[in-house]
Amino acid sequence: MRELLLCPPDHYGIEYEINPWMSRARGAEAALAQKQWKDLHATLSKLDCKIELITPQPKLPDMVFTANAGLAVGKKFIPSNFRHKERADEAPHFAHWMEEHGYQVARLPNDYYFEGEGDALFAGDALFCGYKFRSDIKSHRAVAEMLGCLVISVELVDPRFYHLDTCFCPLPDGAAVWFPAAFDEYGQRAIREHMKELVDVVPEEAMHFSCNAIVLERDIVLPEGAPKLVTRLRDRGYRCHELPMTEFLKAGGACKCLTMFMPQRDSAME
Amino acid sequence: MFSETIELRGHIIDSLILPKVLDEILRAGGNFKIREIKIGERRADQSYARIEVSGPTHETLDELVLRLRQHGAEITEKVDVQLAPAPADGVFPADFYVTTNQQTFITLDGKEIEVHPAIMDSGITVDREAGRATAVKFYEVRKGMKIVAGHQGIRVAPIQRSTARTDVFEFMSNVSVEQPKSAMIREMAREFKRTRDGKGKILVVAGPAVVHTGAAEHLEGLIQWGYVDLLFAGNALAVHDIENALFGTSLGVNLGRADLADQGHENHMRAINAIREAGGIARAVETGLLQRGIMCSCVRHGVEFVLAGSIRDDGPLPDVITDAIEAQKAMREKISGVSIALMMGTMLHSMAVENLLPASVKTVCVDINADVVNRLTDRGTFQTVGLVTDIEAFLRELTDCLSNLDGATTSERRQK
Repeated sequence: MRELLLCPPDHYGIEYEINPWMSRARGAEAALAQKQWKDLHATLSKLDCKIELITPQPKLPDMVFTANAGLAVGKKFIPSNFRHKERADEAPHFAHWMEEHGYQVARLPNDYYFEGEGDALFAGDALFCGYKFRSDIKSHRAVAEMLGCLVISVELVDPRFYHLDTCFCPLPDGAAVWFPAAFDEYGQRAIREHMKELVDVVPEEAMHFSCNAIVLERDIVLPEGAPKLVTRLRDRGYRCHELPMTEFLKAGGACKCLTMFMPQRDSAME
Repeated sequence: MFSETIELRGHIIDSLILPKVLDEILRAGGNFKIREIKIGERRADQSYARIEVSGPTHETLDELVLRLRQHGAEITEKVDVQLAPAPADGVFPADFYVTTNQQTFITLDGKEIEVHPAIMDSGITVDREAGRATAVKFYEVRKGMKIVAGHQGIRVAPIQRSTARTDVFEFMSNVSVEQPKSAMIREMAREFKRTRDGKGKILVVAGPAVVHTGAAEHLEGLIQWGYVDLLFAGNALAVHDIENALFGTSLGVNLGRADLADQGHENHMRAINAIREAGGIARAVETGLLQRGIMCSCVRHGVEFVLAGSIRDDGPLPDVITDAIEAQKAMREKISGVSIALMMGTMLHSMAVENLLPASVKTVCVDINADVVNRLTDRGTFQTVGLVTDIEAFLRELTDCLSNLDGATTSERRQK
């Protein structure tokens, strides 16, 4: 059974603008956001996930995006060092919660930006890490040292896809779903060289954050709006659970951003 | 070129960060040298690379390094040079750094300063307050002067050979009698014209063979057309040129008829005497005694010359500097701004001049003796063309090419 950390969207809203999706003028509808989050919670519960909830904190609207809490591997938890001061205060809450739940917290130096599972996803024997908009590449090196694993650092070039989990989603069969244009040519090459197979997402579906999916063995929970991808995933034998995520997309997040695996892997080496 | 040393660590091979950084350096018009590289052996092992990055200006380098930092590049701390006081006038401290003719930088108080001039076989003195580093010769050293010692904090930026063929100086520096000489001389002529019409200066270093082989009129042509800014020679070139101007002979040989003149061996002594009596070359031109020849053209066209004496000189002419150190100083003072040096028929003079030239100066060495050309071209300057050929044939062809390039203007000038 997979264990996931979620945070109820009680204080969620568009209160600042730190990515191209966010617009305070447009805002998110609170009641609808609550409904979409509850649907996600219900879907994950039905899929036999153990869900832990962290208490949401006022004035930290993005705390709902628990993927950015940090990275959990085995019983080790590397908390995020957020690039934007708007999110920086989330970090101690997450670290404290994880510590209370038996995780050994391993901190990065303060001046290394790292935004957790949002920018760090295991695939095969490597941890793929995105850099530039949020995490910096220095943090990748430190994470690699802490975990003793191979880290493939890939540069993100499209500010709309500012975290790795918005454009790259590894699958248990050794393939990965991705939106290639979100990476620079070296990042694309590095991913191609290390992945057995890649499933390209077309731009219009990528814009619905269809890469921002939660993969639970044969079940994939992803935002609505990606019929082509869903067909391809079904052809590969996956069950797809499409959920409306409109209110979270307004903040540049979707299914995967709203969850963190505890842990993502039992060990850094597969 | 300005440079910074950066370090890359991590899974820089698997992530293609190393090739990305190197490509980015080249795309920005910079250059790199990988000083050290350690590749991780196991998959989880990180790799390391220390890279010297150079760029044409401080600004481009700063911008480039800033971009590279995004990919994880870290700048290594620069180490200052070590300084030691000169123990006495004319004496360097024991471990003094000996310069090359390449562009050299020293790090002082964490900042890089270029050493001027780029001259080989010198020491480097530092003026901390002025932030200046100067290459100095023995005779310039004063007791207590701060001199760079050891090799720490010194960076030499060799002239980069471009992979693209840009000019004759970059693709034909090997010396052989089997060279396409006409093609090379045509290329050279274009370079001479570019230099004359642009900012650079052309230096000619010539031995008496220029006169003996009957090539003096071609050199005169070059002077008249503005292709010579500076002439370095010894007593002999001037003596035989003046002998030719006054008596039509060189070392007693009638240049027009290639036979020995009656009592011709006296002519060069009489020529020296006449100039000594006149009070020097310029004076002899003024009085009308000297009306043609290389030296006369230099005076008439305002081409500066330095005549450096040697132990076997007859006379010498009053213009000859007989103190070797003084002659070296005079040449050093005039050499700044030279971009092409044409050296013909004199090994020792050419070597002396090469010792003074920065490696960035393009040099042409012409001699009938392949050994001489080899010795001159094999002295660490990248941009040297050596031609094993007769000087008269070479100069005739060069002047023909230049006259073709210049068209009617030159032909008219030539008739003057």
